[in-house]
Amino acid sequence: MTATQAIGQVAAELQEERNYLNYPKGIWSWLTTVDHKRIGLMYLFSVLLFFFAGGVFALLLRFELIAPGKNIVGPDTYNQLFTLHGAIMVFLFIIPAIPAALGNFVLPIMLGAKDVAFPRLNLLSFYVYVFGATFCLYSLVTGGVDTGWTFYTPYSVETNTNVISMTLGVFILGFSSIFTGMNFIVTIHRLRAPGMTWFNMPLFLWGMYSTSLIQVLATPVLAITLVLLILERVWGIGIFDPAMGGDPVLYQHFFWFYSHPAVYIMILPGMAIISELIATFSHKKIFGYVPIAFSSVAIALVSFIVWGHHMFTSGQSDLAAMIFSFLTFLVGIPSGVKVFNWVATMYKGSLTFQAPMLYTHAFLALFTIGGLTGIYLGALSVDIHLHDTYFVVAHFHYVMMGGTVMAFLGGLHYWWPKMFGRMYSETWATVSAALIFIGFNVTFFPQFIMGAQGMPRRYYTYIDQYQSMHALSTYGTWILGVGFLIMVGYLAMSLINGKKATKNPWFGLTLEWTTASPPPTENFLGNPRQLWGPYDYDRVLMDENGLVTFNPNAPKDDHHANGENGSATSHKRDGKTTTMKQTV
Amino acid sequence: MPVEASNHAADIDALFFFITDVSVILFLLITVVSVAFLWLYRRKGKALFTSPISHNNRLEITWTIIPTILVFVVFFWGFRSYLDMQVIETDAMEIKVTGKKWFWAFDYPNGVNSVNELVVPEGKPLKFLISSEDVLHSFYIPAFRAKMDAVPNRYSVIGTRPTKQGTFDIFCTEYCGKSHSEMIGKVRVVSTTEYNKWLEEAESGGNVSPAEFGAKLYVSKACATCHSVDGSANTGPTWKGIYGTKHKMADGKEVIVDENYLRQSMLEPNANVVAGYQPVMPTYQGILKDKQIDALIAYIKSLK
Repeated sequence: MTATQAIGQVAAELQEERNYLNYPKGIWSWLTTVDHKRIGLMYLFSVLLFFFAGGVFALLLRFELIAPGKNIVGPDTYNQLFTLHGAIMVFLFIIPAIPAALGNFVLPIMLGAKDVAFPRLNLLSFYVYVFGATFCLYSLVTGGVDTGWTFYTPYSVETNTNVISMTLGVFILGFSSIFTGMNFIVTIHRLRAPGMTWFNMPLFLWGMYSTSLIQVLATPVLAITLVLLILERVWGIGIFDPAMGGDPVLYQHFFWFYSHPAVYIMILPGMAIISELIATFSHKKIFGYVPIAFSSVAIALVSFIVWGHHMFTSGQSDLAAMIFSFLTFLVGIPSGVKVFNWVATMYKGSLTFQAPMLYTHAFLALFTIGGLTGIYLGALSVDIHLHDTYFVVAHFHYVMMGGTVMAFLGGLHYWWPKMFGRMYSETWATVSAALIFIGFNVTFFPQFIMGAQGMPRRYYTYIDQYQSMHALSTYGTWILGVGFLIMVGYLAMSLINGKKATKNPWFGLTLEWTTASPPPTENFLGNPRQLWGPYDYDRVLMDENGLVTFNPNAPKDDHHANGENGSATSHKRDGKTTTMKQTV
Repeated sequence: MPVEASNHAADIDALFFFITDVSVILFLLITVVSVAFLWLYRRKGKALFTSPISHNNRLEITWTIIPTILVFVVFFWGFRSYLDMQVIETDAMEIKVTGKKWFWAFDYPNGVNSVNELVVPEGKPLKFLISSEDVLHSFYIPAFRAKMDAVPNRYSVIGTRPTKQGTFDIFCTEYCGKSHSEMIGKVRVVSTTEYNKWLEEAESGGNVSPAEFGAKLYVSKACATCHSVDGSANTGPTWKGIYGTKHKMADGKEVIVDENYLRQSMLEPNANVVAGYQPVMPTYQGILKDKQIDALIAYIKSLK
């Protein structure tokens, strides 16, 4: 054992005594913490709770749909179930899931920073989230909402369910989202470790940056829309009321002006995670760093001008329909470019198949299907037929659940050892991932078929012709349910008696793997520097304990010549293998 | 895809299947390459240094340009067939379509109207003038590949020409509340002679007793969506045995259900709502003729 290793071991033992999880102690220290990691975990706990609630609603409403007519609930309850499933999954789970939970935990560590730029604002964002969620829950226990998550007028103005507290809740949640977005933008601008240039950042950060831009710019529009809706309901100001010269279709424009970019608030973070996972588990330099980074920004920008494709049957002008259709096809291209680059990254890699990689491949397959079915819906005449049918339901579940949720699960398993310092059972994780993948397809693929045959969405009952597809789809949710139950089981076991995690269980190269698992409160001992590109698997090897080996055969000027991922500090490479302890 | 029963259906289906072909090819390509890489480059032994390949501009350009060309083709095709659908033929017969919670009402040029049953002659160009009386609805005939939102205080228009005889579904595809999923009608595409015969009968009910005609109207005017005739609960009070009984209204007064109350309930449904029910029924003013109202009252009386 060399001297450096010995020192390293002592340091590791010291860290073990005090990490962000066990110091400081006590519930009060958690509730008042400004540590981004603890806030991230509190967010994670909250979003998983809502994912569970939304999931239960999904199981119930799918069970109701197993046969036409009444099976377990009546039409009023059913309408509330699909509304709550949508609203909870969108506003309380999927929007905060990756940025606020995983992003909060990992973003500052990846940057080599001690915390986000505004730690108190970060805590405020969490409490605003809890406050907003309380309103949504209040609405749920006082009679629910039956408008669909889109709150379309005039129905949302007329219905006697509790629309106001739900929209107020969503309004408040928006501020939480804006706070997180602002915080991330400033953090990425100001707190990068020495040596980390913009084009030397892990791609996860590019994705988070693009997401944050949309969150800050688009969410205020949702706030305005919801305030107008509340005013309309309370005082009848008439902006959406045709009897008073208002226009109900105006509401749809307002709503989708936020909610289409919001689709990218949901998917960009998923893509951001996949860029990390595909590189780490291919153990290979990412292919096309610059195209992947810029495609995120391009998606973020174009996402603002495609909202009209939700309204091809609303009676908007033919010219508007044409422009929105054209722009919609345009926004698909950068997503395609990303998929091709991810696949190419595996070329000549050294692939391993732990759970995060399984979810990466689930993402690739399902997101590709989700993206390709978007082409049907972007094509004007075909969309007229498919609009508001189950085809659309299947399409956005393939993108949102097949895309974002798979990436979220991949990210959760990927950073789990870093978060809790424990490994999970890889065997059970494989079983669960397989069940989730199969269950997902059994649930949602039949929906493409019945949608193309004309089955409208948000139907409590339906004509017999669609029964077999509906039944199949319901069976799929049971497989999904079992898959998720197994996941709850092995993740809980991991916390109780999981194997201790090493610093770098996946042999990654980004900065979060150079610190202990779990990290100390300050993230790093000392001030970290970025000494190599985030994906320099051709010349740097960091093993599970953080021990670094440089490739003696790496071509000398390769990294600077291609302008990508070049390490900021040049190393002497004299043809000998140099082993050194990572400077922490 | 459902049967093709209108002049636009074939072109839309052709585009649908073109996109399907392209998608399947692209998906298989991505999957085959991925699986090949998974097999070829799986880790054998320990983690080591891997290839420094980081990008390839020629590849990037290729996989940007090819999909761009493909989606442009789809865009132009979709836009062209969309424009075809916007064209209203000059000799089109205009049918007024009104969505209400929860049925479809159709007004024909010669004053005849029908509920949830649209009868049209084969081969005749049609212009649907679509509107709503309450919330948003969406008028959707899968077999015609036609769909358009019904917006209150506004007319939206679609043109189509039925090309195949048969009975096809009409759905509401914009969520509109409790019985959204029962806002289902039928379109019957028939020959011109059959159409003319139907027009005559729709008016008078033909040679049946008033109660029998009322029973037909109970279904065809969508009363059945909300009122049962077997005593079971629904959105509205059941009709079974309701005639002649005394009911408490929402505002506290008591009303005997007689001919005048029944007539008022059809024409001004929210004037006197039975306690325990929501005032959600739309008016049948202009939909029901006097003779039809009489027939419905006769039918209700017969339900003991």
